[in-house]
Amino acid sequence: MDNAYLIETVIKVVVILLVFSALAGIGTYFERKILAFMQRRLGPMNVGPFGLLQVGADGIKLFTKEDIIPTNVVGPIFKIAPVITAATAFMAAAAIPFLPSFTVFGYEVHPIVADINIGILYVLGVMAIGLFGPLLGGMASANKFALLSAARAAAVFISYEVVTGLAALAPIMMVGSLSLIDFNNYQIENGWIVWSQPLAFILFWIAAFAETGRTPFHLIANDHEIIDGFGTEYSGMRWGLFFIGEYANMFFISFVIPIIFLGGFGDGTVLGAFALLGKMAFFFFFFLWTRAAWPDVRPDQLMWLCWKVLMPLAVINVVITGFVMMF
Amino acid sequence: MFEAVAFYLFAFLTITMFYITVTTSQALYALSALAAGMIFISAFFFILGADFLGAVQIIVYTGAVMALYAFGMMFFDTTREVHENHGNKYIVVGLATLAAVLVVVIFAAPMVSTNMQAFYPMTEGAGNTEMVGMVLFTKYLVPFEVAAFMLLVAMVAGIVLAGKKMDLSLTLMNAEEIQAIEDEKNKKVLS
Repeated sequence: MDNAYLIETVIKVVVILLVFSALAGIGTYFERKILAFMQRRLGPMNVGPFGLLQVGADGIKLFTKEDIIPTNVVGPIFKIAPVITAATAFMAAAAIPFLPSFTVFGYEVHPIVADINIGILYVLGVMAIGLFGPLLGGMASANKFALLSAARAAAVFISYEVVTGLAALAPIMMVGSLSLIDFNNYQIENGWIVWSQPLAFILFWIAAFAETGRTPFHLIANDHEIIDGFGTEYSGMRWGLFFIGEYANMFFISFVIPIIFLGGFGDGTVLGAFALLGKMAFFFFFFLWTRAAWPDVRPDQLMWLCWKVLMPLAVINVVITGFVMMF
Repeated sequence: MFEAVAFYLFAFLTITMFYITVTTSQALYALSALAAGMIFISAFFFILGADFLGAVQIIVYTGAVMALYAFGMMFFDTTREVHENHGNKYIVVGLATLAAVLVVVIFAAPMVSTNMQAFYPMTEGAGNTEMVGMVLFTKYLVPFEVAAFMLLVAMVAGIVLAGKKMDLSLTLMNAEEIQAIEDEKNKKVLS
């Protein structure tokens, strides 16, 4: 392990942390603007040009607000829960190739922190740990509605983890590797996986909404209860950390879906890099679009959808893929 | 150097977490420390280069511990302390120490002797996911299938235990019997 490698890794980690913490803030701006346009409003307009400085204003508010720890909560767990959400979201990014490798001053840079050969398993596994945040926050809050939301978080997690895993299994079988770089290289030669695995693509996409807790499956903080579920008792930056984790997860899953199914960054030209960013932007936009267009489903409908529709479809898809590959 | 630092850091963290798990009287601390300990164990797999097992450790134990949380939620108020009924502490400590020493001896004994051989040496050019697969589907095929079968049995048993009216089969009844069941249900709702 030489020094150049160590310095390179540290720089990459810092860059990813800074870029995606900033993007999480800007993501809230995009979300408010896009929701506003879809609902024929203007959204944030007053702070700065087009309300762009609203992000800064929100940041100042979150950082300077009093950090209230209510009397009956389980202190240490209550305090660490938001950190888990934010930290695991960024840990998952370690195995995602964000761009093709490029050369700076004669030094080749691979924009991936660790090209481990089980990339996709690692990303999905660590993202799944992120759900401990809402679960612990809800259970430690000493609040009935927070506890209900934690129970829903556990149910959604245990159910949709199955769908994500099975949906990703069919492409994994085709590629024969778990590394996201190998996924990308496979698709240069054989075309995008989405053409041969359309069902797996749709299932993975649907499950991504559950994994990130976005609107049609936004049950971990049920909007119908008018309060914020697991986040009810939180204030200030602790609540902000839940938000950063959620948005970072949305960005990372928006990178993972194109890399697995839609060709990733292609053959590594500048065009391919921009194509990946474009695909990522589309999937992020789609998260916001669904939020504007769809109501939340009920918890029992969510379980019905998972166990009686998505999971059987995913299993059938895996079996058919297996047969086609064998014969 | 990095490996040594990582090993001692995670060894310390893991032991601390499991110590909290067994000594605390607060259910939420115990469960969270258990989850953290299980996830820190995966670091050892990564240090040893067994990436696949490390990731599987994370995925399996987050799911498993999450189910434990669900049970915790159903059975106690997890924000209150649980008062345990302690029996003879010396027996517990003695047995635990004995068990720990035995486990260490069992795993350390083969390492002391010098004529250790790998029955299934590493295959050149295969990644560690492939190697797990090769051993699992050749040498350990039967235990693997037996485990799968036992899980199937457990799943069917779970469904039967949790399901209501599993002894009734709508396909084996004629229309009147089904109507009678429907009427019974409606009577309860109306009355």
